[in-house]
Amino acid sequence: MSRSMWGHAALAAAFLAMHSAPPAHAHGFAGARFFPATIQTDDPFVADEGSLPTITWRPAGADGSHETDYGLDLAKRITPNFGVTFSEQWRVVRPNGSPFVSGWDALTTGQQYQLFIDGEHEAMGLIGLREVWAHTGGKALGQSEFTTLSPTFDFGKGLGNLPDSVRWLRPLAVTGNVSVDFPTKSSSSDGTPNPNVFNFGVAIEYGLQYLQSQVKNIGLAPPFDRMTPLVEITSSTPLNRVVKATTGVIAPGVIWSGQYFQLGAELLIPYGSGQGHGVGGVLQLHFYLDDIFPNSMGKPLLGH
Amino acid sequence: MLLLGVSGCALGHAFLDHAAPPVGSTLGAAPDRVRLWFTQELEPAFSGIEVDDAKGARVDDGKAVLDPNDATSLSVGLKPLGAGTYTVHWHVLSVDTHRTEGSLTFEVAK
Repeated sequence: MSRSMWGHAALAAAFLAMHSAPPAHAHGFAGARFFPATIQTDDPFVADEGSLPTITWRPAGADGSHETDYGLDLAKRITPNFGVTFSEQWRVVRPNGSPFVSGWDALTTGQQYQLFIDGEHEAMGLIGLREVWAHTGGKALGQSEFTTLSPTFDFGKGLGNLPDSVRWLRPLAVTGNVSVDFPTKSSSSDGTPNPNVFNFGVAIEYGLQYLQSQVKNIGLAPPFDRMTPLVEITSSTPLNRVVKATTGVIAPGVIWSGQYFQLGAELLIPYGSGQGHGVGGVLQLHFYLDDIFPNSMGKPLLGH
Repeated sequence: MLLLGVSGCALGHAFLDHAAPPVGSTLGAAPDRVRLWFTQELEPAFSGIEVDDAKGARVDDGKAVLDPNDATSLSVGLKPLGAGTYTVHWHVLSVDTHRTEGSLTFEVAK
């Protein structure tokens, strides 16, 4: 078989694999389970959704600096199982004792493929690649001279299959992601090492809407009947070139999910060495574009 | 755009709002019908309800109907029920073609 024929065969195999995967459901559904879009961790589903704004008050840095970020992001399905993401944020940094500095952060993009959705077991999985691009963003805060590439795996699992003896646990769900950051330069021009970094994030959530509609109606009134209390935990661990010290954030909060948008609020509690002190917070307004614009931008560009 | 979230416009995924019998309830007398109310208007041709007893046998009349006065409400008649636990399986299609599904249980006391 010639090289060109192998190339064509590989492309055909990839095409068939993409279109033989189970059809994706918009908006984070696996069977009876609805997974709201989480804030600190990636979602395990391709979607037509966007956040504007995400306002993050970061915990004070170890150097006494303060930072507030105003973010926006967009997820768009190209096909029912494949989507792309874009995210950006405006950073306002107040160094300790110095005037504030502001500017755009580096541009982050991503490509995602829905591996599976198992409605019977309330489970889903997604693989993707994320890029944080070099030489993007405002120069006032320093542009990175290297791009970071991060293969990712995101998952979600609802506990709706638990036996009746523990039915009060059925509204629980877990979502999470695993990724590794690979910078395109092992060190910057000033000699600063750029390590590969292992990232892990998990969200543990209790769906009150799931409780009321699937387990037992306990009479919750609006807005509580649409709330999902949750706690997200993120961690990052350098794998080489620097001291291997894990840092991260514990983020307890709540998400309220409406028909067309959701509101999220979380505290940010840092842990790990060199993380500074105090707590921060985040607020997010997130739109379900598939519900707002079901016949236009809320559906895949290709396929159905 | 924010008003769309609170005005109750008939678009978006249809979540179960409430049910009769209520989700997870225990009843003193057997109901003759299961009725479900959703957060969005439904397409009846692509929506259905199935009620099974504890052994998995179907106990509904197989004719889920949309309320002619309330397009968010779907119901199905039941055969005479004895004491026991019953599972209601539902699937609906909202008018803007979003599909949702779920299940709930109720119990008829001895």
